[in-house]
Amino acid sequence: MTMTFYTKEHEWVKIDGNIATVGITDYAAHQLGDITFVELPAAGKTVKQFDVLCAIESVKAASDIYAPVSGKVISVNEALNASPEIVNSSPEEEAWMARLQMADPAETSKLMRRERYDEYCKGL
Amino acid sequence: MTVTGNRADGGIRRIYNVLQIGYSEAPGNPPKGRNAMEPLRETPLVGRHRDRKALMAPFGGWNMPIQYEGILAEHRWCREKAALFDICHMGEFLFVGDIIGGGLEDIFTFSVATIPEGRSRYGFLLNEQGGIADDLIVFRLAPDKAMIVVNAATSDNDFRVIGSRLRDGALLTDISAATGKLDPQGPLSRDILTDLLGPEIASVPYFRFITMDLLGSRAIVSRTGYTGELGYEIFLPSEKIVELWDLLLADPRMKPAGLGARDLLRLEVGYSLYGNDLDETITPLEAGLGSFVDFDKRFVGKDALLAQRVAGCRRTKVAFRMDSRRSPRHHYEIWSGGAQVGTTTSGGFSPMLGCGIGLGLVAPNAATIGAELTIRHDNVSMTASVCGLPFYREGSVRR
Repeated sequence: MTMTFYTKEHEWVKIDGNIATVGITDYAAHQLGDITFVELPAAGKTVKQFDVLCAIESVKAASDIYAPVSGKVISVNEALNASPEIVNSSPEEEAWMARLQMADPAETSKLMRRERYDEYCKGL
Repeated sequence: MTVTGNRADGGIRRIYNVLQIGYSEAPGNPPKGRNAMEPLRETPLVGRHRDRKALMAPFGGWNMPIQYEGILAEHRWCREKAALFDICHMGEFLFVGDIIGGGLEDIFTFSVATIPEGRSRYGFLLNEQGGIADDLIVFRLAPDKAMIVVNAATSDNDFRVIGSRLRDGALLTDISAATGKLDPQGPLSRDILTDLLGPEIASVPYFRFITMDLLGSRAIVSRTGYTGELGYEIFLPSEKIVELWDLLLADPRMKPAGLGARDLLRLEVGYSLYGNDLDETITPLEAGLGSFVDFDKRFVGKDALLAQRVAGCRRTKVAFRMDSRRSPRHHYEIWSGGAQVGTTTSGGFSPMLGCGIGLGLVAPNAATIGAELTIRHDNVSMTASVCGLPFYREGSVRR
């Protein structure tokens, strides 16, 4: 069974067993506007929770994307290299950025579920 | 995720502030001559922009539309069809008097007296040090009449400076509030304006204008713009602007575009943006715009430019293309051969070229075409190569 969590920095993470798939939320994609570049992390890279995972650029701004959980990058979404606009058209489905082998399942306690995240966005 | 942008202080911005990046003067850094606490000004079209759910942001002291449906879509529409820009924020001054006797001839880096009626000319208002106080266009309306069109953020200061340099008998009036300006730009703009406004539009050449009756008022329709495409700037009394906006957008070939698309469009053809590529500390010679300086006439700042011409510029404008889709942005460092040689003044993603492009000021020996540069910001390092201008050469501007 998969569970999806959200960060205050607008990343989502889908957890399936010990595999964590990471992307940015619809809210974030909309706020950034047209995405022009995604810097994917290197496979094998190890990150700690809330450390910089990779970077994204839109016509308006450059942003860092943080790892919602600690782990090791096992694969990345190469389609984003040629077509970063997928982040605008399908931010929470097709435009996943990296899959991590999760180090500590307990870290999800520091993340939000959808309802709380939606409320958090309303307050911004 | 955390957002950083085109900020001088490199400050971290939260995602919900992203829209201000690159387009605003941050609090504490207000446009020259304007109080930071002063409320943002609004154009007559603010209601229309809200109706379209445009994303609005501060620009030059004004609350302006940055985008409607999206920057890239609006950029494409302007390159392929025709886009309409609300440019009511820009300043307009009316000069009445003897051009030479009244002193107007000696103020700008170009001659006003030699502009034929019905034509316009681009150039600079300089300070005593040769720094650019503003870049502007003068329209010669009549033997004793000229309209000066200036940037929004510098408008108040320009009016003071120009006024202080005029002689008795000349009259300068700030007509900005009473004057609206709409820019229809794009390869289909001539066809659309000819259909909607009249056949006389079809024969206006580049950098010429006509005056005509439009919606019951006198309008100036000028073949100028800021996109690199065939296009016009229409000056009309403010109270008629909503009506003209609605009229032009009733044509399905025309769509509104915001300042986000405008910035990409101008950057792709290498036009300088005041406040980024030009400011009071940069001379026209450094900015690569010496061709808009007439050394055969008098103007404030001439001595400084002559001295700089003899001594050589310590920095020069450079244009560069990234080797990836990464965008350089304002105030990034430019490195060459292991040393910092300058900073970027503008940057973004070029949809037409499919890569990042930028402008900067660098040491002259780093600006050779083809030379490799490294663009740095925080922990990011990107490779670029020096190129010529414009970046995008297929525009319809002179068609």
